[in-house]
Amino acid sequence: MKCRKCGGAAVLELRRHNAAFCEPDFLEFFRNQVREAIRKYRMLAPGERVLVAVSGGKDSLALWDVLIDEGYQTTGLYLDLGIFDYSVESKARCEAFAARRAAPLIVSRVADAIGAPVPVIKNVTRRPPCSGCGLSKRYLMNRAALEHGFPVVATGHNLDDEAATLFGSVMHWQTDALPRQSPALASTHPKLVRRVKPLYRLSERETAAFAFLRRIDYIVEECPFAKGATSIQHKQILDRMEDASPGAKHNFLFGFLEKAQPAFARAEPVALNECARCGQVTTGTLCAFCKLADQVKRAT
Amino acid sequence: MKVVLRNPRREVDVAGGRRVRDVLKDLDILPETVLVIRGDTLITADQVVSDGETIELRPVMSGGRA
Repeated sequence: MKCRKCGGAAVLELRRHNAAFCEPDFLEFFRNQVREAIRKYRMLAPGERVLVAVSGGKDSLALWDVLIDEGYQTTGLYLDLGIFDYSVESKARCEAFAARRAAPLIVSRVADAIGAPVPVIKNVTRRPPCSGCGLSKRYLMNRAALEHGFPVVATGHNLDDEAATLFGSVMHWQTDALPRQSPALASTHPKLVRRVKPLYRLSERETAAFAFLRRIDYIVEECPFAKGATSIQHKQILDRMEDASPGAKHNFLFGFLEKAQPAFARAEPVALNECARCGQVTTGTLCAFCKLADQVKRAT
Repeated sequence: MKVVLRNPRREVDVAGGRRVRDVLKDLDILPETVLVIRGDTLITADQVVSDGETIELRPVMSGGRA
C-alpha cells in the first residue's frame, strides 16, 4: 500500500478516509486533526496553560505529546486510582514520559481525597466500578486545575470513546446527557474550568498508531475492572458496524454534533450551587463526590 | 510465522507466506481493532508475512482484547 501524500510505503491504512500514510505523513495528518479540533471548537488559546489529564494509556500520552509540540504550556495530572499493579505501572509510564519530555507532572492519589482507593470504592457502592471512578476523576481533575491555576483541562477522549458514549446515551435516551456531550465544555461557573477533548476527531487505532510511532511507552494492559464494562460492549458493536461500513462511527458522532445536538439543548441553564462541604460545584446541596466519600467512610 | 497477541500476552503459530489480512481473518480479528507491528514499525493488511517472521497484533481499545 502506498502513502496518499508521498507515494512511499504506507504504515497505516485509514479506511474511513480511503487513505494510507507513511510514518511522517501519518504523524502530520494526526497533528493536523488535533489542530483542526482546537480551531473548530476554540479549545485553547495559543500558548495557553493546559492541565493534561494522563492515565499512562495511549490516548492521553499521545495528546500530551502533541500539545507540547504545539507550544502549549502543559502540565500532566496523573490521578492514582490505587488499582493494584495496573496503577503502579500506569503511573510509571506517566513519570517516564514527563521525564523524557521534561514536562511537569502532578500526581494526586484518589485515596487521599476520598478515603479509599478505587477497589474499595467499587465494593462500597452498588454501582459499576467505572461509575465511582469516573465521578472521582472528573471531580479531582477540576479541583486540581483550580488549585494550580489552570483555566482548562484536556483529556484524551478519542472518536471511539465519544461515539460509544453517544451510543450509550441514545440507547437509553438520556436526554439530559446529550446536550453535555461535546468536544469542548465551556466554564459555566467560576469554579468549573473548561474541559476539552482535542483527540475527538481521531479514532482509537489512530491514537494507538501515533503513540507507537512516536515511541511512547504506554500501558497496553487493560484496567482489571474494565472487563465487561458497558462502554466496551458498545465499542465492540460499533467496531462491527465500522468494519462493514468504514466511517460509520465518524458519521454517527459528527452527524450528532452538527445536526442533532441542537434539538436536545436545554431551554434554561441548570442552576449551579457550591457544595456545602467542599465548595465545589453541584446541582444539589452536597456534591456527588462528598456523598461518595460519606458512603466510603460509613463502610470502612 | 509467530503472532504475538495481548491481554493476556501470548503467542500462536500460524501458516506464513500470507497477507496480514488473511491472518487476521483466520484469527477472527477485525483489522480496525489492532495495530499490526513488525519489528519497530507498523505494516498494512496487504503486506505478506513469511514463515519465520514475528508480528504483534496489539489491540487498540483501552481494555480491549486480541
